Amino acid sequence: MLSDTQRQQVKELLDDMVDDVRLVFFTQSFGCETCGDTGRILRVLTEISPRVSVDEKNLVVDKDDAAAYGVAHAPAIVVLQRAADGTLVDHRIRLLGAPFGYEFTSLMDAILLVSRGGPQLSDASLALLAHVTSPMHVQVFTTPT
Amino acid sequence: MSLAFRMAFASPHITATAVEVTEFADLIQKYRVNGVPKTVVDDRVEILGGIPEDAFIAEAIRERMPQA
Repeated sequence: MLSDTQRQQVKELLDDMVDDVRLVFFTQSFGCETCGDTGRILRVLTEISPRVSVDEKNLVVDKDDAAAYGVAHAPAIVVLQRAADGTLVDHRIRLLGAPFGYEFTSLMDAILLVSRGGPQLSDASLALLAHVTSPMHVQVFTTPT
Repeated sequence: MSLAFRMAFASPHITATAVEVTEFADLIQKYRVNGVPKTVVDDRVEILGGIPEDAFIAEAIRERMPQA
């Protein structure tokens, strides 16, 4: 799944985590080619870092949870921060599709962002974002390479 | 990708989703994904390719800016 070198690289990144991160993983029993491998790679992350945990949900069985997080496809990963007081904080960061290749880098970015709270946007960017006062959905489509 | 995540992290109104589209033919069709990365904001605004932070955010929120 990950080579020894890749494992070491991932460990070095995750060693910089501050808060724990909970990955809510939505899987599906049928018609999801990459759900099995996605579950496996997420379990590898929990082996590498005690700060990462996975909560596996079924898209069909746990449909209320899926609706609450706005998830309609599997595999999907919702990246939550576990704050110092133990509460889970949703920063509205999700990944859809298998976390391989480029998407794996995105997953690592998301984990570190939620755990460490940075790097931040520029002051100019934050000023622009202040104009967003109602729900906005930004979807970024990629392929593995 | 990390830029969209940081937007969500910074604003309580923004949700960011990274979509690896290969296995979602319905999404490829719905959002007419011919090249990547492709960003779609609120199912309307489309941003192609990777562009610098300030230009990306300006484009993403263009429809929400007060009209001059």
